[in-house]
Amino acid sequence: MEHLPVLQVVIPLVLAPFCFVMARHTWLVALAGSVLSLVCSVLLLIQLLAVGTVDYFVGGWPPPWGIELRIDLLGGFVLLLVSLIAALVVTWAHDTVESEIRDDQINLFWCMFLLCLTGSFGIVVTGDVFNVFVFLEITSLSTYTMIALGRDRRALMASFRYLVMGTVGATFILIAVGLLYMMTGTLNMADLAVRLPAIQDTTTVRAAFAFFTVGVSLKIALFPLHQWLPNAYTYAPSAVTVFLAATSTKVSLYVLLRFFFTVFGADYVFGDLHVDYVLLPLSIVAIFVASIIAVYQEDLKRILAYSSVAQIGYMTLGISLANAQGLTAAIVHMFNHGLIKGGLFLAVGGLCLRIGSTRLSDLRGAGRTMPWTMGAIVIGGCALIGVPLTAGFVSKWYLVIAALEKDMWYVAVAIFTASIIAAAYVWRVIEHLYFQQGYAEASTLRSEVPLYMLLPTWLLIAMLIWLGIDTDLTVGIAERAAQSLVAP
Amino acid sequence: MDNNLIVREVANLFLPIIVLFGLYVQFHGDFGPGGGFQAGVIIAVGVILYALVHGLTKTRQLIPLRVIRVLMAVGLLLYAGTGIATLLLGGEFLNYNVLGSDPLTGQHVGILLIELGVGITVAAVMVMIFYAFAGRGRE
Amino acid sequence: MIWFDYYNYWIVIVLMMVGLYLVMARHNLARKVIGLNVFQTSVFVFFISMGAVRDSSAPILAEGITQYANPLTHVLILTAIVVGVSTTSLALALIVRINEEYGSIDEERILLLDGDD
Repeated sequence: MEHLPVLQVVIPLVLAPFCFVMARHTWLVALAGSVLSLVCSVLLLIQLLAVGTVDYFVGGWPPPWGIELRIDLLGGFVLLLVSLIAALVVTWAHDTVESEIRDDQINLFWCMFLLCLTGSFGIVVTGDVFNVFVFLEITSLSTYTMIALGRDRRALMASFRYLVMGTVGATFILIAVGLLYMMTGTLNMADLAVRLPAIQDTTTVRAAFAFFTVGVSLKIALFPLHQWLPNAYTYAPSAVTVFLAATSTKVSLYVLLRFFFTVFGADYVFGDLHVDYVLLPLSIVAIFVASIIAVYQEDLKRILAYSSVAQIGYMTLGISLANAQGLTAAIVHMFNHGLIKGGLFLAVGGLCLRIGSTRLSDLRGAGRTMPWTMGAIVIGGCALIGVPLTAGFVSKWYLVIAALEKDMWYVAVAIFTASIIAAAYVWRVIEHLYFQQGYAEASTLRSEVPLYMLLPTWLLIAMLIWLGIDTDLTVGIAERAAQSLVAP
Repeated sequence: MDNNLIVREVANLFLPIIVLFGLYVQFHGDFGPGGGFQAGVIIAVGVILYALVHGLTKTRQLIPLRVIRVLMAVGLLLYAGTGIATLLLGGEFLNYNVLGSDPLTGQHVGILLIELGVGITVAAVMVMIFYAFAGRGRE
Repeated sequence: MIWFDYYNYWIVIVLMMVGLYLVMARHNLARKVIGLNVFQTSVFVFFISMGAVRDSSAPILAEGITQYANPLTHVLILTAIVVGVSTTSLALALIVRINEEYGSIDEERILLLDGDD
């Protein structure tokens, strides 16, 4: 039990090379890896709910000499999201991977998937700033590879662009780590938090903060640094899109929260440097611009990709409010949006498998031939808009409350208006699926996707409704996590 | 370049020295500068030099792709396996103290195994990258 | 001469700007990767020069030496170099595949070939 923090990272890492050398049955290895990770993170979260924080000294070396793994409630929550989505995606993806990826590359694909999982877990569990950079690059490199395995040749360019922007972002983070090390002589997060306040007004620390913020903003696709995201989501294999959309930006957002609140401290970030003056307008612009662009897209995957950029805006909006309520809203939305986009992209992946396209014009009338998949898209879409009784409503509700608490009524108005724009692009999808006659109805590939693909999809969709009614789990954990971030 | 006498002979002369130096860097790594990564790259350089002189086909007969693939995995597993062994022996992950009868021997055994794992993987990966780029468009 | 005392940082800044310029201004994908490499190298130089201590020896325990350079930054950069090598090889592999698919590694041409992008 006491080894859970390290097992979380080691399990997928050990299984990845097996995928690499095995020729067949690699799907089973990936399934085992993701299910074991899920078990790990559930056990960890139970432990965390009881004790609050779990420490682990790698190699038996206590910090600041050794590398410390440190997980708090926020970390446990993100771990649960990532491993849950991973387990569902792997269960779901057997057929889509076989149809979208070349036979001799399937084992490599699963190997990369497990490495990506390793990196994501590593980012969350580590308490060492340099480790964050290394795990971030493990995640990114495996992601670039997986995107490039997409069928469309445009996947190659999407991957290359993401590689260039991602590497610049990660190197910025590395520069920040270097500057911090230069000033404090430590890489341990807790240690940094103790030593930074004395020297926080130096230019070096400010430069470190600036480099870090820009670097991580590239990774979370904060507007206007989101350019890599739409193409990467659109042309990647379906299984990759699901995993990316549901987890990768969330993990990067976790890094942002960890640095802002644990390493630099909220007083410095918001009280001293007033990052909220930049973050708040950018978030609102992100929400509006990305939502409006989404309305005009012709491809379902692209609509959802731009919607993701908008939703990231909601999360950074919550952070930039810089109070416990806003932070709670951001964390809840991080989790809920992971589930919403996970569920939606699982359904879209099913469409891809049966119809072979995600262009709206090809999907006309598909609502009548694939009722269960389309039902999932409708409910997921409602959650995306923030219709009451869905998970999306809960997080937006908390966001509005947090804004009103700071007397920022215009933020609340912006959230409502943006929801209407979201309704517009969701409606456009529904109109094509249900109210137009077309190709999909007449095609021979009109059957529903198999049960084991529907089950993970509907499990996520059911969770959206459940979490929309019973908010104890998400809001309860997020509130405690936010409290511990604001007042450690 | 197989028929270029000077290049071939000089390469043949240097090859064993390069590999030997690689091994020195590998196993001297816990006393002085060195370690698995550097050693792996040096040994891979030896293989690449051989391939440049004698051609890719001959090299791939000598060290087949399958061997390289297995080595890549073996190195990583050696590293992770050492970590898991320390877990099973009751220490933290990669706590080498438990590997020997006393902590000092344990640290020696641990660092040797870890660096060996790193060395094998790095050498295999470097050769793999070379094979992948050099062999592109031939098959 | 405070400006000259920090010459290592000037080198870092110049390399960094050259790298970033190449990444942003070139249409040739291979040149972008070279730019990325220069940019990363500037950070390596930054770390290594940060760990240097004047009049110190390499960090190996020996008789009669009291000043050692900081070995930690070297270890960090070794890791960062590994990451850089992986990134470069992946980027080059992507370029090879792009060239196979499009017959060009010029960004503008590729966007033109894809049309509706």
